[in-house]
Amino acid sequence: MNLLDQKFTPQTWPEHPETATHEGKNKFIGFWLFLAGETVLFASLFATYLALKDSVPNSEHALAADIYSLELVFIMTAILLTSSLTSVYAIYHMRNYNFKQMQLWFFITVLLGASFLALEIYEFNHYVHHYNFTFSSSAFSSAYYTLVGTHGAHVCFGLGWILALIFRNQKRGLNLYNAPKYYVASLYWHFIDVVWVFIFTVVYLMGILG
Amino acid sequence: MNNHELKAQYEYRKRKSAEGMKNQFISFILMIFLTLVAFLAVGYDGFPKTFVIPIILLLACVQVIFQLYYFMHASEKGHGMVMLFMYSAIFVAFITVLCFMTIIWW
Repeated sequence: MNLLDQKFTPQTWPEHPETATHEGKNKFIGFWLFLAGETVLFASLFATYLALKDSVPNSEHALAADIYSLELVFIMTAILLTSSLTSVYAIYHMRNYNFKQMQLWFFITVLLGASFLALEIYEFNHYVHHYNFTFSSSAFSSAYYTLVGTHGAHVCFGLGWILALIFRNQKRGLNLYNAPKYYVASLYWHFIDVVWVFIFTVVYLMGILG
Repeated sequence: MNNHELKAQYEYRKRKSAEGMKNQFISFILMIFLTLVAFLAVGYDGFPKTFVIPIILLLACVQVIFQLYYFMHASEKGHGMVMLFMYSAIFVAFITVLCFMTIIWW
């Protein structure tokens, strides 16, 4: 019988289901290579932001220290960090061959991710309407929206990805075919949080310091 | 493997992964704490900027190490090659940021 269709019990389930098959091993190594590429992508966006921070045409334009709010960013950070923990829980249940719990914790991750995204949309909307801080108002605003917006787009993509996995595998249950898929999705989600750690530090905290 | 061995191995594995989970939970608590320290350092007006910026950058790096090694399981076996990818990427990232911050003068 094909290893990918094999039925397991918690006792026979491999300790590392994500790398138990050849395909899983390839996905694992390929996905980390992708994350390394993403690191460089975000580095170039951070570099652009740092180079263009507070570069505005005249004094009517808002600067970083005028618009950012500590409270909102702290709430967003706490939500995203918690969603990182819930996806760790999901992988814990995957390794224990507990499909229902894994699906549940991935779903909670999606809910937290969606609330993060909602706060980010609120934030952008607030900047546009209260400070006239739009994508094209200055070099600073373009660099800001490109960096933070690219991160937001990653969150959005991650939500769609995890939801697709949850619904697609609802009836199939856990096997060696879909375990690597769930695993790399959780890696992606953690990576989003890694990028956010630098965004809240470099963009928001250092922005508020002026 | 007979049934008894299988069961013993299963119990051992369950305990091991529960222990891993405990470490991950502790790193989560530490990460929340580090985040709080970073926000408080910025929110409190008494510290000079030149003191706060290196501290919050350091806290960010510590958090990323927790995230990579505990949440993304990089401390488990078989992560040598992928960590080589990541460290190369971090090196390129560092050079990129350094370049942009030093060559742009307007």
